[in-house]
Amino acid sequence: MTAKKLHLQQLTLVNFKNYVEAELSFSPQVNCFVGNNGEGKTNLLDAIYYLSFCKSYFNPIDSQNIRHNEAFLLIQGNFEKGEQHEKIHCGIKRGQKKQFRRNKKEYTRLADHIGLLPLVMVSPADINLVYEGSEVRRKFIDGVVSQFNKAYLDDLLQYIRVLSHRNALLKQFAQQRMFDATSLELWDMQLDEFGSRIYQHRKAFLNDFIPLFREHYTKLSEGREVPDLEYQSKLAGASLLELLEQAREKDRVVQYTTVGIHKDDLVFRLGDYPIKKFGSQGQQKSYLIALKLAQYDYIRQQKETTPLLLLDDIFDKLDAHRVKALMNRVSSGSFGQIFITDTDRERLDRLFADIDIDCRIFNIVEGQAQHQTAENHGA
Amino acid sequence: MDLPSSLLDQAVEQFASLPGIGRKTALRLALHLLKQSPEEVSAFGNAFIRMRNEVQFCSRCHNLCETELCSICRNPKREVALLCVVEDMRDIIAVENTQQFKGFYHVLGGVISPMDGVGPNDLQIESLVNRVAEGEIKEVILALSTTMEGDTTNFYLYKKLAPFEVNITTIARGVAIGDELEYTDEVTLGRSILHRTPYEATLSR
Repeated sequence: MTAKKLHLQQLTLVNFKNYVEAELSFSPQVNCFVGNNGEGKTNLLDAIYYLSFCKSYFNPIDSQNIRHNEAFLLIQGNFEKGEQHEKIHCGIKRGQKKQFRRNKKEYTRLADHIGLLPLVMVSPADINLVYEGSEVRRKFIDGVVSQFNKAYLDDLLQYIRVLSHRNALLKQFAQQRMFDATSLELWDMQLDEFGSRIYQHRKAFLNDFIPLFREHYTKLSEGREVPDLEYQSKLAGASLLELLEQAREKDRVVQYTTVGIHKDDLVFRLGDYPIKKFGSQGQQKSYLIALKLAQYDYIRQQKETTPLLLLDDIFDKLDAHRVKALMNRVSSGSFGQIFITDTDRERLDRLFADIDIDCRIFNIVEGQAQHQTAENHGA
Repeated sequence: MDLPSSLLDQAVEQFASLPGIGRKTALRLALHLLKQSPEEVSAFGNAFIRMRNEVQFCSRCHNLCETELCSICRNPKREVALLCVVEDMRDIIAVENTQQFKGFYHVLGGVISPMDGVGPNDLQIESLVNRVAEGEIKEVILALSTTMEGDTTNFYLYKKLAPFEVNITTIARGVAIGDELEYTDEVTLGRSILHRTPYEATLSR
């Protein structure tokens, strides 16, 4: 399969987080940001993430990404996608609407931009997927699927709206001490319509996704552990309409809707045991990396474009075997452009020493990025 | 904003209580009234008082009127067999302006929306069912908003009216006249393709 190559050639920042001004030119293959804690390595990844998703990976409040005591921030990126140049401009002023331009043309809907520059971020914050509630895991599925399927996103938004109506109705029944089956059925039918479609899409996605995930985990762990990923939904056993009918008495008592695709979950296991309770930190990390790499493959297949891969602090907690297994994949060229952060310069040098690949290293010190005129690349 | 007169202050407060009016605009309006003659201002004020006290709702269709029945319901030339169901009286004005409809109306007073605390009992649904039950109406045209709440209400009415021998239709939804396809949103265009109409039927009109 020939996927279009996507890469970021140049990144310009003004007043983004701890950067006053920065201009970086990247290698189309591997780029490393090296520095101590708090110098601004991850902020560079976040800036790239911004250009793809119109928002920060870490902080959803735009104005808080502006450098302290400044009025605005600017992020600009020159991308090359296949043969095409894409110049993306993001400007945020305190108290004003965020500006987002593609090739000097402003977007009317930010949602139109998402998906143009596919990107996968692997970050220590992913651990939320293991420890937090099921909502985070549903968001993971929804985030991937809705990038390719606008109808899915629409169904999801409609479903949420119907759900709010139904829950409001259940509350009113309780307050007014009455019950009207016909009114409730109106919403049940619509939940069933949107919910069944969402369930089918999620199931189809996971059918494609789970084998990809298994393959990645097996490679990372060199086959020592058998990972399992399971999509749990009550809709697997019965239609949502039936489920709603069965749950009606319970819903009336608790005054909200207790069944539906808003209760779906993903179960992460190693062997027969949930990794939340029984996985080591390294195993959990491997699991999450495999999950993200599977996402990478899936997006590449669907978009026919190689996504950017951002690896934030991933070598920490992984044993030497797993790091090597990962780097083998990097060197095999199965990824497009990669951005890596690490605190340990020597580790990076060691990792890339015997890999023949164009690698640029940037030293990050207090919001200044300095390109190392390094061993295997001229400035 | 400290005003030199408490009377002025009260007037400003009242204006500012209207939707879309802030205190500055309210002050400008109040000062404008102060420049008018007392007679003019009395006429202005009385218009609101009379409106509030004397406007009634039509006992049949719940449109605004000043007598027992509204001017449309009193009109003997209109077709009894056709009934158009709308959300509120503004929609009657809109449909009337098209000059394409010669039947009667029924104003629901809103659509079913539990999130806003509106249920079937808050709407004029029972009176609609009673009108249909009288048997003279042959077609009920549902002309509600094309939102989820509007559609839900449509379906509720459809169920409520199912026992009667009456044709239930909804207004057509699709590409607006004079619009270019490329600027039409996907959902509307998709719907228009699904619910396409035979070309010949469009010729006869």
